[in-house]
Amino acid sequence: MALDRWIALIFVAFCCAYGYVAFFAMDGALRPFELRNPIWPSTFPKILSVIGLVLGMFVLLGFEKSEESQPGATDIDYRRLTDYNLGQAIGLLVLMVVYAHTLRPMGFLLTTTLFLVTGSALLGERRWLLMIVVAALATGFVWYLVQQVLGIFLRPLPFFMGN
Amino acid sequence: MLEGILIGLSAAFSIQNLLMVIAGCLIGTFIGMLPGLGPMSIIAIMIPVAISLGDPAAALILLAGVYYGAIFGGSTSSILLNAPGVAGTVATSFDGYPMARKGQAGKALTIAAVASFSGGTIGAILLAIFAPALSSVALLFHSAEYFALMVVGLSAIAAFAGSGQVAKALMMTILGLMLATVGEGAIFNGARFTFGVMDLQSGISFITLAMAMFALPEALFLVLNPARSSQGDGSSGAITNLRFSREEGRKMVPVIGRQSLQGFFIGVLPGAGATIASFLGYAVERNLANPEEQKEFGNGSVKGLAAPETANNAACTGSFVPLLTLGIPGSGTTAILLGALIALNVTPGPRLMTDEPQIFWAVIISMYIGNLVLLVLNLPLIPYIAKILAIPRNFLIPFILFFTLMGAYIGQNNATELLILVGLGVMATVLRFANFPLAPLLIGFILGTMLEDNFFRSMMLYRGPEFIWERPMTAGLLILAAVLVVLPGFRAARARAKARTRGVADGD
Repeated sequence: MALDRWIALIFVAFCCAYGYVAFFAMDGALRPFELRNPIWPSTFPKILSVIGLVLGMFVLLGFEKSEESQPGATDIDYRRLTDYNLGQAIGLLVLMVVYAHTLRPMGFLLTTTLFLVTGSALLGERRWLLMIVVAALATGFVWYLVQQVLGIFLRPLPFFMGN
Repeated sequence: MLEGILIGLSAAFSIQNLLMVIAGCLIGTFIGMLPGLGPMSIIAIMIPVAISLGDPAAALILLAGVYYGAIFGGSTSSILLNAPGVAGTVATSFDGYPMARKGQAGKALTIAAVASFSGGTIGAILLAIFAPALSSVALLFHSAEYFALMVVGLSAIAAFAGSGQVAKALMMTILGLMLATVGEGAIFNGARFTFGVMDLQSGISFITLAMAMFALPEALFLVLNPARSSQGDGSSGAITNLRFSREEGRKMVPVIGRQSLQGFFIGVLPGAGATIASFLGYAVERNLANPEEQKEFGNGSVKGLAAPETANNAACTGSFVPLLTLGIPGSGTTAILLGALIALNVTPGPRLMTDEPQIFWAVIISMYIGNLVLLVLNLPLIPYIAKILAIPRNFLIPFILFFTLMGAYIGQNNATELLILVGLGVMATVLRFANFPLAPLLIGFILGTMLEDNFFRSMMLYRGPEFIWERPMTAGLLILAAVLVVLPGFRAARARAKARTRGVADGD
């Protein structure tokens, strides 16, 4: 089964879950006077889940002829994903998750500098001094822009050093 | 009216207001270029500055300049990085980015600048002529028609974005609409589909979703396959070549003419705005083009780049019509402008033109000046802007990732948003592997709330779904939507049947 039909299968499952919530779980919270309304909070989701199911089945059962185009030189062929720099991509995704978790406790300046340096290092850059200088300058500039010019609060320093 | 125009001219050409236009355009372009900061957030941030000016005309001129600048900056990042920070420039990346990857980034940016300028200028002239008359057209629209109009927009986008795979595109649209139902809506007092998670209460932010759908998969693709970025590097030498050929110019002229008009009128309709205008513009031009040119669409077509750029700028101008003549904001951006005007003690509405003509006309004329500034300012800056492509890959990719993270974080000030971003980004990458179009998902998400609001309103007014057949205009629009969805499949089936009768093998 091709990847697009697997995705359609997941989508159908998602529609079932979404539809289940819309049809059976949402209307219980309605207040008596709301029952007299012609439209409930669940009405639109119900319509969506039915249409989604039909479309998902349509793709899943392969009613639509899809011409399987050969991927070009720069396109990615998912069938040989391991031939690409999969490790680097996963590493960067993990790094982003780590960034999300450390942004608040460690402060913006330190986390961001580390993120940029580690990201470059993951991609194979080895000019450490240049990396650190560029990352620190960029971090400081973005922080100044966001905090001072735009006035959006970003905690600059780690939690144990005050605000 | 002539007297009003003269008052407006004298107001718009005062040194202070000229400086406001230039400052607004510059600020807008630079911030709009950062993926993730759209015109809405920039204008919201600029409101305190504008209000502190004290002069309503100057304030509105500054904010309008920021608006154009942001849209233009958004197209720049769409073309160079395939990271549209603004929904209205998503369609620009369809052809602008392939063009940049072919080493014609300079040409793509010039075409975008010229198309934006023409669209905005023609839009400003149309605004001056039609502003009073058009208000009555928009008044005829009922929420049922808005609902139907959005359904038409969504099906048109799905029908044309899927390149023959309408079901897949529609599936993505529905997914977008479903994502839009997460969180607390304005019309129902209660959260939906949050499963008790506090961080989902306010829904998924548009910026996060846009980043996850476009910027993040592109960055991951760059990581996975270094060949992609090495091709981009070759273009940095060709950026000196900003010119497009005379023949390409001739191709663009009818596109610009049609899309200025169409974009403007779509922009006038509340709720439609630059995003729909750019997608519809792209779709219409693609259908009008001859089969040979149609193949170029999506691979760096001149027409495919000029159409959405013209349409979105014309629509930006058009969206000022309901704001200035009716006092009804047609889009999120004009809603923010409305708030700023009220804070300055000006009530936009039918009486604005008679009571305070200097504001009304100064804004219209400064729109024209703003477009001129963008052209004069941005064309010379293009080689410097395009330098961003010459940054080594090892530095560029972490920065793109960092800007996607920042865009998502600034919008909501919520670290959970970053996790949602990564999750959706992985999903979008997998969807791209399987050739699912992602733009319909994003548009479905943006229009989802408005679609449901209008559906809700018509259902309440008619006490049921009768509005669908009792209002001829609604019924007509919905039939049009159905035709748009069915037609491509029907055409494909007929083509296959024809091929079979001729005895040509189908290929499967």
